Amino acid sequence: MDVLTTTAMTAVTVDLAATPVRELNAALHAPAPAPRWRVTHPAGAHNVAVGIDAPVAVQIDGPVGYYCAGMNQQADVLVRGNAGTGLAENVMSGSVRVTGSASQSVAASGCGGLVVVDGDTGARCGIALRGADVVVGGSVGHMSAFMAQSGRIVVCGDAGHSLGDSIYEARLYVRGAVASLGTDCVEKPMRDEHRAELAGLLARAGRDDDPALFRRYGSARRLYHFDSANHAAY
Amino acid sequence: MCGIAALQVRDPALRPRLGALMAEMTCRLVDRGPDAAGIAVYDAPELLPAGWSAVSVLDPGEAGWRDSVSAALGSEVDVRLFGPTAVLRARATTAALAGAVRSAAPELTRIGRGAHAVTLKGVGLAEELTEAFGIGAMGGTQAIAHTRMATESAVVASGSHPFSVDDDLCLVHNGSFSNHASVRRTLRRQGVDFDSENDSEVAARFIGHRMTAGDTLTEALDRVVAVFDGFYTLVVTTADTLAVLRDPIACKPAIVAETPAWVAVASEYRALAELPSVETARIFEPEPGRVYTWTS
Repeated sequence: MDVLTTTAMTAVTVDLAATPVRELNAALHAPAPAPRWRVTHPAGAHNVAVGIDAPVAVQIDGPVGYYCAGMNQQADVLVRGNAGTGLAENVMSGSVRVTGSASQSVAASGCGGLVVVDGDTGARCGIALRGADVVVGGSVGHMSAFMAQSGRIVVCGDAGHSLGDSIYEARLYVRGAVASLGTDCVEKPMRDEHRAELAGLLARAGRDDDPALFRRYGSARRLYHFDSANHAAY
Repeated sequence: MCGIAALQVRDPALRPRLGALMAEMTCRLVDRGPDAAGIAVYDAPELLPAGWSAVSVLDPGEAGWRDSVSAALGSEVDVRLFGPTAVLRARATTAALAGAVRSAAPELTRIGRGAHAVTLKGVGLAEELTEAFGIGAMGGTQAIAHTRMATESAVVASGSHPFSVDDDLCLVHNGSFSNHASVRRTLRRQGVDFDSENDSEVAARFIGHRMTAGDTLTEALDRVVAVFDGFYTLVVTTADTLAVLRDPIACKPAIVAETPAWVAVASEYRALAELPSVETARIFEPEPGRVYTWTS
């Protein structure tokens, strides 16, 4: 399964009130790390559980700062709290879940894996997304999916201004209101294949929202080529 | 970078701990701004009793300015040293004390004035400065602090925040303004004087100028959005109000936490992590371009 549901019973516990983040990350980067980890007292620390490349489950009890679970590969990281800027930046695979809200640039340039935020996100959620999937239970801020190339973003709440500005081929599903669409982002019809894709994403995120209530947005592909009518502007 | 922190205490029982809580918040942001730091504390009873006013100056030296300021004011001026900051206090209105300092000791660099707020600033790490200032032992109603990573102007104490340019009006800024020179020229033509080449001082002067002309704090901050170009999270305090404003694209961070006992604003959650009952606080990021205020 994508999303961590581990119990802490058998986990290696690391208390960040007593242990530097570098030590935690070095232990997670060691060859053949223990399969289950529990991190306590993060207190908004930056760079918690970054750069993991192993099939481990990490549960973080409390709020984290910037770049939590950045560059994640294979691991399932669960934050029981809020997250700062750059959650799961450049995520490659595995899953990252935040039970609270996350700040800006969630999953920025993420290549693969699943990122779930149960609450809201700040601006630029899924900026430059390159293949990861993002599911947000609440709303996303402005300029979300900016220049997103591939992957899927699901927003169960509302989207801020300029959603999908300069988007390439990422697919966006929004249940609530969109404040405005960015340049070259348009609403597109929801066909059966999209409803099925959306249902799968919602199920992987552990959500029961009705796919029929979402709208789909994507690229109008008008920015792909130079337009001779605009030659004077180039 | 730069780190900002502000705390307004709603529960009177918490007021004696204001300084200790603010020192903790400020020191947790030191790696956002290791060059310099400053803090303004409101209504600290031991620092500024009711009926008194304070004017803060930087590195005043040993000259005979104290006697000349007292003579100009017509009453005794008390002086307390906090690291590089000297706080001149008197039983007088802020205008009278500030006027006496300006006329009798124009060579002094004035960094703050008010009947509620006392501004302290210096160069160096927040840990060292809050210790030197004795912040941890101070009580009060609200406080505003800054840890500076210098970008637009030199690492000197006069470039440290908060900028307090009008009675009890303090501003801290994370970011940089790209049109501050133009706005400074405009304000100078309207008779506004400046103490530094710092871009953030321009915003403080602008807000003070607008409020003197009759704007509310919210109106003045809405004008900031219209006039200033650049990146900013601003926290501004007046005698009884705390305000926060982020630029329209939310380039710089801010987080607000609110409980029945206090409201706090900071660059990052880290700064809030030790506040009492923070786990029960309503926590949110201010929306871009929107002015938020809280009045004690």
